[in-house]
Amino acid sequence: MQNLPAQSTGPSTGSTVSLVNSAIEIHELNHYFGHGNLKKQVLYSINLSIQAGEIVLLTGPSGSGKTTLLTLLGGLRSAQEGSLKLLGREMRGANTKELLKIRCNIGYIFQAHNLLSFLTARQNVRLSLELHDRYTDAECDRLVDEMLVAVGLGDRLNYYPEELSGGQKQRVAIARALVSSPQIILADEPTAALDKKSGRDVVEIIQQLAKERHCTILLVTHDNRILDIADRLLYMEDGRLVSDRSE
Amino acid sequence: MPKKTPLPWLILVRQKSRLIVAIAGIAFADMLMFLQLGFQGALFDAAIKPHRSLDADLVLINPQFRTLFSVKSFSRERLYQTLGFSGVDRVSSVYISTGQWRNPKTRESRAILVWGIEPGKPSFQIPELTNQLDRLSQFRTVLFDTAGRPEYGDIGSWLWESGNPMDVEMSDRLLNVNGLFSMGASFAADGNTIVSDSTFLHLFPDRSADQIEVGLVQLDPGVDPIKMQKVLTTHLPTDVRVLTVAEFANVEKQYWAEGTGIGFIFGLGAIMGFIVGIVIVYQILYSDVSDHLSEFATMKAMGYSNGFLVRVLLTESLILAAVGFLPSLALAIGLYQVTYSATLLPIFMTTDRAITVLVLTVAMCGASGVIAMQKLYQADPADIF
Repeated sequence: MQNLPAQSTGPSTGSTVSLVNSAIEIHELNHYFGHGNLKKQVLYSINLSIQAGEIVLLTGPSGSGKTTLLTLLGGLRSAQEGSLKLLGREMRGANTKELLKIRCNIGYIFQAHNLLSFLTARQNVRLSLELHDRYTDAECDRLVDEMLVAVGLGDRLNYYPEELSGGQKQRVAIARALVSSPQIILADEPTAALDKKSGRDVVEIIQQLAKERHCTILLVTHDNRILDIADRLLYMEDGRLVSDRSE
Repeated sequence: MPKKTPLPWLILVRQKSRLIVAIAGIAFADMLMFLQLGFQGALFDAAIKPHRSLDADLVLINPQFRTLFSVKSFSRERLYQTLGFSGVDRVSSVYISTGQWRNPKTRESRAILVWGIEPGKPSFQIPELTNQLDRLSQFRTVLFDTAGRPEYGDIGSWLWESGNPMDVEMSDRLLNVNGLFSMGASFAADGNTIVSDSTFLHLFPDRSADQIEVGLVQLDPGVDPIKMQKVLTTHLPTDVRVLTVAEFANVEKQYWAEGTGIGFIFGLGAIMGFIVGIVIVYQILYSDVSDHLSEFATMKAMGYSNGFLVRVLLTESLILAAVGFLPSLALAIGLYQVTYSATLLPIFMTTDRAITVLVLTVAMCGASGVIAMQKLYQADPADIF
C-alpha cells in the first residue's frame, strides 16, 4: 500500500497518516450539501483512521452526519474537501468509474435489507460475486452456499425475500455483503428493523465473520445493546467527531 | 468468469400478472398494426386483381395511364408493330371504359367497369372464364362479375333461376348476360363486366376502334420478358410504355398509395398502434423501475454501473417485444381469415408484413426502454439511503 503525503488544508498531524495498515484514512474532511445560498455544511474537519481488522461503532443523534460519512466511505458520493483514503486510494474528487471500482471492494449493509425481491437468497448473494471476474462458476456456487450456511440459512437457499422473516432477510444481506471477502464492511443501523434477539444474532454474525476474514467494520447504530462488540466507539454530533476513544 | 444471473428474465417472470398485462398490451398494439397494414395490403391487392388476371407476358399502355379509374388510350398500330420483333408470338387488344349498369329490378343506374376484349384471343387468365369467353363472339353478350357490389342486382341467382340468358341494360343499350365470373370490387370499380370488342364499340359509339387502353403481348416460349421489354422500349416510339404484368399492377398500386389519402390513412392507423404500444411498454418498464428503485440503487452501491442496469432494462424490453409479437402474429392470421370470409377482400399474412411488424415491435419496445431509462438515473444510492 502506498503512503502518499496527505493533501490537507491544515498542518499534517503525522501520526495517523503514516500508518501503513489503515483501511480508512480521513484527514480534515469537510462536506457540503446544496449550492450557492443554500449550501450547507454537514461534516466539519473529520479526522479518523481505522486499522485493518478493527471493529468500530459510530453513534450519535439523527442528523449528526453519520450516514453522510458512511456514504462517503462507501464510495456512494465523492469527497469534496480534505482527504479520504479507502484502502490506500484517495477518493477526493473521484469520478464515477473510480467510485464504482471501490464499491466492489466494500460490503455495504443497509438499514433495510434491500434484497432484490425477484431473486432467491442464493441469487441475491451471487449477484455480489458476479461483479468480480476472478471466480469460476463452480466457485461462485460453493462460496454462495457456504456463506448462506455461515449466516444460518442453509435450509433457506432458494427462498425469495418475501418468504423470509426480517432477521433472515438481514442475514441474507450480510451474506451478500461478505461473500466476496471485501476488506471493508460498512453497516448503517443493520439492527434497527429487528427485534432484540435477531438484532443480537445479526451483529454477532457480522462480528464473527469479520474476525475470521480479517476485515474492517464500521457500523453506525443507535442500538446500545450491541456496543460491546466494538473495538472502538465513535460519537458524532453536529457534523463533528466528538470523541474517538478506544475501549 | 461466473455466469451472470439473467436479471431481465427473472424480473419479468417473477411478476406474472404484470408480464401478462405487458404481453396483452404489446399483442394488442401489434394487432392494430397488423390489421391496418393488412387492410391496406388487401385493398391494394383488390385494386390490382384485374391487372394480375391479364393473360400476357408484356403489356403496352399509354405512358399517362395511372389507374383503371381514369384510363388513357393509345394507337392500336403500336401493338401491331411489336409483331415485327422476333420473339413476339401473339398480340391482343383490350378496351376499358366505364358504363352505366341498370339494375334490372330497381331500374337504378350505377357506374361499372367495362372490359372489351377480342374473343378467341388471350385476355384473362381466370379459370372460370375460359369456357365462357367464346360466348362473347355473339354480339351484345356480356359476362357479369358476381363479386361486385350488390346494388347491381343479384344477377347471379336470377340467371341460375331462369337458366336462360338474361336481358339487361347498360349505357342505354340492351345486352344479354350469358356468363358469370368473380373479380371483385376495388377502389376503381364497384363491379366488372366483360364484352367483346364489337359490343364495346356498340356501347360506346364515340370511341374509335383504333384507340385501345391495354395491349397484351404474348411471347414465344423461352423468350425472356425482361429482355424483350428492353428491346421493345428502345424501338417503339415514346407514346407507348412497355411493362411486365407485375409492373403494370404496380402502376395502379402506386396511384392509390401515393396519389390518394389511402396510404396515409392506413399508415396513420399503424402509427397509432405503434404509439399505443410505446405507451403500454413504457408503463410496464417505468413501474418495474420505480417499484425496484431501492433495489437498483442497492445494486449501484454494490458496484454495478448505470450502463449495466440500462442493459437490463433494454433486454427486458426486447424480451417483451418477442413474447408479445408471437401471440399477435397468431391472432392476426386468425383475424385475416375471419375478414376474408366476411368481405372477400384478399387479406393474407405475408412474410414481409410479419417482418415489418416485428421490426416495428422491437423499435417500439426499444423506444419505451429508452424513455423509462431516465427513471433509472434517479436510483442514486447516496440519495436513497
